[in-house]
Amino acid sequence: MDLIYSIYRVLSDKIYFSFIKENRFMYLVDGWVISIQVTVLAALLGIIIGLVVAIVKISGKSPFAQVADWYVSIIRGTPVVVQLTIIYYVILADVSLPRTIVATIAFGINSGAYVAEIIRAGILAVDKGQTEAGRSLGLSEAKTMRYIIIPQAIKNILPALGNEFIILLKETSVSGYIALDDLTKGATLIRSVTYESFTPLITVAYIYFIMTAMLSAGLSKFERRLRASD
Amino acid sequence: MKKYLKLFIALFAALAIMLVFTGCQKDDGIIKMGTNAEFPPFEYVENGEYAGIDVELAQAIAKELGKELEIVDMAFNALIDALNSGKVDFVAAGMSVDPEREKNVDFTIKYYNATQTIIVQAGNENIKSKDDLVGKKIGVQTGTTGYDVAVEIKDAVVSTYENGLEATMDLANGNIDAVIIDDFPAKKYVEKNPGLKLVDGQFEEEQYAMAVKKGNKKLLEQINKALQKLMDDGTYDKILEKYSD
Repeated sequence: MDLIYSIYRVLSDKIYFSFIKENRFMYLVDGWVISIQVTVLAALLGIIIGLVVAIVKISGKSPFAQVADWYVSIIRGTPVVVQLTIIYYVILADVSLPRTIVATIAFGINSGAYVAEIIRAGILAVDKGQTEAGRSLGLSEAKTMRYIIIPQAIKNILPALGNEFIILLKETSVSGYIALDDLTKGATLIRSVTYESFTPLITVAYIYFIMTAMLSAGLSKFERRLRASD
Repeated sequence: MKKYLKLFIALFAALAIMLVFTGCQKDDGIIKMGTNAEFPPFEYVENGEYAGIDVELAQAIAKELGKELEIVDMAFNALIDALNSGKVDFVAAGMSVDPEREKNVDFTIKYYNATQTIIVQAGNENIKSKDDLVGKKIGVQTGTTGYDVAVEIKDAVVSTYENGLEATMDLANGNIDAVIIDDFPAKKYVEKNPGLKLVDGQFEEEQYAMAVKKGNKKLLEQINKALQKLMDDGTYDKILEKYSD
């Protein structure tokens, strides 16, 4: 009982100083909003970039295909935090944009490369016989793509896209490197006034975990519905 | 979700128990100094080695104590936490004594007088003192006294950076209007960046001291004695002079 009581006392003290005193929990609330904003906007940007890049790569003939190839290799071959700091402190050095926008651009460009590969793999995974069947039934190349390949590819793509979204959410935690006050930075700011790491860090981990657990729960439900017609 | 929740509660309980039982230290002839080596001329990395006023002072102190110095480099805002959780034995990081910190650590005798100063772009004629910072975009390093004074300024938008260098880079890029940072490193940053200049902020004077874990009277006395000796025999002045130009 003594142990439980002492844990209770230590924890309630820590929670008071980390979150309640001077409304410090607002660092986390404000940070959470920014993390969500950046994640959602970057995911949208990533899907747009990824779609374009995937189409360019699959069509395979234009000089753009080479550029698309470089883009995917470079982005996938370098850490996201390096990309973020390069975009903020080097590429956009002379442009004054709100940091949320810079982070959105950086994470969107990053996510775009992964999304492109997901879409490309999803389309290529559809059996070649499907294209042949469509073409021999007299459908044009574009119509075969639109009515036969894409509907089947989407089943491959969507679950992987959901995973990419979860990864993106976690990766936005390095936004603090460009002085953006996201959820993780919220914990850092609390730590820097209370000099105590346990409570804010564990709490932030918990918040991320709940968000990703909810996302993956929704995702597997969605996947089951997709599989229903198989 | 339910299964996850149970798992998380179990993890949390385990961590909580760890928390109650941490904090045992041993004596093995090594003394660990916590610092943030991005704060020239007090601590920085030069040719792959730690250098600076604090670093040399700490080496001299370790020698006085007959121990070997090990430097642990980390984020400035994590220093006090690392001290209290026993990851380092003392902190020497150009740390100003302030009442909030004093509640969490024990400070040694003060060894350097500093003030916060303002850095602005060289062409900026609007900011002449701290009163002109009202409503401006201000950059500071997370967890510093610069942050404490910046959040007191009315309507100011405060951005917190990993280190002073990134704050000054963002200032040079025009994303913020001013940086508030300690005067000595400010001088060093401005020397390397001709697009910036210093403005006397007329902030209150602060004093740097080293810090030990709250209640560690033995180490506090040892460091105080060594530090006093270095100040009396001229070693301290020599180190300071070496880094002044």
